[in-house]
Amino acid sequence: MTVLLAILLGTAFGFGIHRVGASNPSGIINMLRLKDMHLMRVIFLAIAVSSTLIFLAMTLGIMDASQLSVKSMTWGVIVGGMVLGIGWGIGGYCPCTSICALGEGRKDAIFFVLGGLGGALLYMLIFDYISGTFLLDPLLGGKAILADMTPSNEVAIVSGVPALATALVIAVIFTTIAYFLPTSSEPEAL
Amino acid sequence: MQGKRLNWLYGGVLVGIILALAIFIVKPVGGSTQFSIVNGIIWDSVVSIVSETNSTTSGYTSDNSYLAKNNGSYAKAVANPMSYGLVFVLSIFIGGFISQITKGPSRSRDEGNAPTVWLNKFGNTSTFKRYIVTFIGGFFVIFGARLASGCTSGHMMSGMMQTSVSGYLFAFGVFVTGIPIALLFYAKKGK
Repeated sequence: MTVLLAILLGTAFGFGIHRVGASNPSGIINMLRLKDMHLMRVIFLAIAVSSTLIFLAMTLGIMDASQLSVKSMTWGVIVGGMVLGIGWGIGGYCPCTSICALGEGRKDAIFFVLGGLGGALLYMLIFDYISGTFLLDPLLGGKAILADMTPSNEVAIVSGVPALATALVIAVIFTTIAYFLPTSSEPEAL
Repeated sequence: MQGKRLNWLYGGVLVGIILALAIFIVKPVGGSTQFSIVNGIIWDSVVSIVSETNSTTSGYTSDNSYLAKNNGSYAKAVANPMSYGLVFVLSIFIGGFISQITKGPSRSRDEGNAPTVWLNKFGNTSTFKRYIVTFIGGFFVIFGARLASGCTSGHMMSGMMQTSVSGYLFAFGVFVTGIPIALLFYAKKGK
């Protein structure tokens, strides 16, 4: 059952990634070059839509807050993000989009995946050293979330305000940003 | 018929619904962890690295401290390759393929080796160089994602939609380096 759900959701996600053009490294690289904000708009709107849906579902009691999986805040998150940004800027692939790109037959994605396995291996080998540094120590209260929807171990930043209200304000801001970012010149379906 | 990408409005709603469904039905989407799991599976097939134990809640542990962390949850995924996370990521391949053959965004033959933005800068005889650069790119992306405990999908999209503070700071880190690197690396000559 779990495997069937993994196949269905993974296929849907891959389909979506390809349909919006995120598996094309040109889209990501031109977003980072600030030449084509298409994917930035997709990302902002996707976050707004999904955030609204899940906070609505939790407020209505259809979804349990334990479904949330908030990641811990550490220096590693920022430093790791900066390291990832370097590879993203030259390669134009993320972990998921590279797998999607393999599915559409992009050969350079093979080398991205191989390099990725190398990067993952290096991290496995030096994990003892990294975990001895400040990089993985909790920061800003560890698992902090803005909306006040806290399954036990998480810290709510905007406490006392209904979680749905906080999520909706963020969603409106993100949708507005997506709306006003400049449209690209590349032809699009629909 | 030339397939085109969905515009931002339809595309954003489509991806948003998929992200919400994933967390609603199972858990937030994520990709980069599975690179470590695949390494573990390969490693374990050569030299046994994961083992069953009674001392962790997952029932598994590993000689490698990274796979052993979090009560051996990664070790368990290595020992049982048909895990949700790995099958999810492998299925992304199927989704990309299905979209491609059903009039999804099309690509030219040259783009099968390198994207247009690369061909415009380095020409279409630079395929080997592109392969090396994507290899290095992949190395940095996954190493960084493991250090951050998440990638674009796990931290940025899943994190920010849950209003997670780590998602915002991760996104900040990514764009702080990603924007200048892409601007410099793909800058037009003589301008």
